[in-house]
Amino acid sequence: MSKAKEVLLNPIFNDNPIALQILGICSALAVTGTLYITLIMCVALTSVVTLSNFFVSLIRNHIPTNIRIIVQISIIATLVMLVDEVLQAYDYESSKTLSVFVGLIVTNCIVMGRAEAFAMKNGPIMSAIDGFGNGLGYSIILIVIAVIREFVGAGTFYGIEIMPLTTNGGWYLANNFFLTPASSFFIIGFTIWALRQWKTDQIEEPEFKILKNSLEAEKRTI
Amino acid sequence: MVEEYLSIFIKAVFIENIAINFFLGMCTFLAISKRIQPAIGLGIAVVVVLGLAVPINNLIFNFFLIEDALFPGSDLHFVGLICYIGIIAALVQILEMFLDKYLPSLYNALGVFLPLITVNCAILGGVLFSIERNLLFTQSVVYGLGAGTGWALAIVALAGITERLKYADIPEGLQGLGITFITVGLMCFGFLSFGGISL
Repeated sequence: MSKAKEVLLNPIFNDNPIALQILGICSALAVTGTLYITLIMCVALTSVVTLSNFFVSLIRNHIPTNIRIIVQISIIATLVMLVDEVLQAYDYESSKTLSVFVGLIVTNCIVMGRAEAFAMKNGPIMSAIDGFGNGLGYSIILIVIAVIREFVGAGTFYGIEIMPLTTNGGWYLANNFFLTPASSFFIIGFTIWALRQWKTDQIEEPEFKILKNSLEAEKRTI
Repeated sequence: MVEEYLSIFIKAVFIENIAINFFLGMCTFLAISKRIQPAIGLGIAVVVVLGLAVPINNLIFNFFLIEDALFPGSDLHFVGLICYIGIIAALVQILEMFLDKYLPSLYNALGVFLPLITVNCAILGGVLFSIERNLLFTQSVVYGLGAGTGWALAIVALAGITERLKYADIPEGLQGLGITFITVGLMCFGFLSFGGISL
């Protein structure tokens, strides 16, 4: 049981797919304009990664090693098609806003990465838990970005007006920068910084050391 | 006529750059941007694969998947995704064999990046965009090449900046991934200024 908990919770802060493994960033940045769209994307990705992990793990002993990638991709693509059809049936407007990004879950590295790294080696239930955990880790970063972008960029939270805009006779002058795609890079960069100040073992070793100052450098040469 | 194609090309390279404005292929984009040399190799591979995959998938869509394409009343667009990804995978495989046989120098230069491109979202994204926009076949050739060029340009520029950044004293937590994100954010500003161009 404790292993299941570890597998579920580890990807959220300790081994976050976006902040540490650099996986699945493509869609993470593009769909974070408003919280509602982001939540749809998170649900879509989490269900795909959970189910794909489950099914890949289920047939892992029957997949020949040299064609495993194509098998994994077929499973993932089928699941994504299902999600896409469901979304188009129940929420056509959002599926138009998300445009190609739902389809792009197929090539989302989180899904492939977890299928390859975890589901091929572990049992179906544990793989499903791992997939769900990674989906949550992805969702948390996305939701943080979306909340910040929507709040600062439009003064709203989940579509509810918190800070009345000047254009509607309120006092808040919306910061349009946060509606541009560029802002999500900065927010994600600073989120990673904050996360690494907290979990210091995630700090990357610099490739080159810079000496403190020239005096110290001179001392060393002598 | 030429103007139309030129405008699609310029738009794909600068105004709607798939790396900077649509964040496609970001994972590879961030991971392979530490040195200029591999960045150029990967950039060329993406241009080649996008230039082929977009028009081929465009043909597949127009001749097989679109409504009434095979026989009146047929509609296969819902299996689109699995077709596109299969074609991209097959294409990359064929390209790999072709280059290995006829252009070994280019094959060696591209190395491990070629198989990796199958799961690069920039390729599938380019294909999906060209289909969503209902481009004609000739237009999709230009769009594919333009999108690839834009991606290559962006990754080479980022690799150039990252190479320079090794001389900078970056705060500990921001080392590596963090500073790369902020650099790309600043590059994004640069590319946003192209948004004002009307073609």
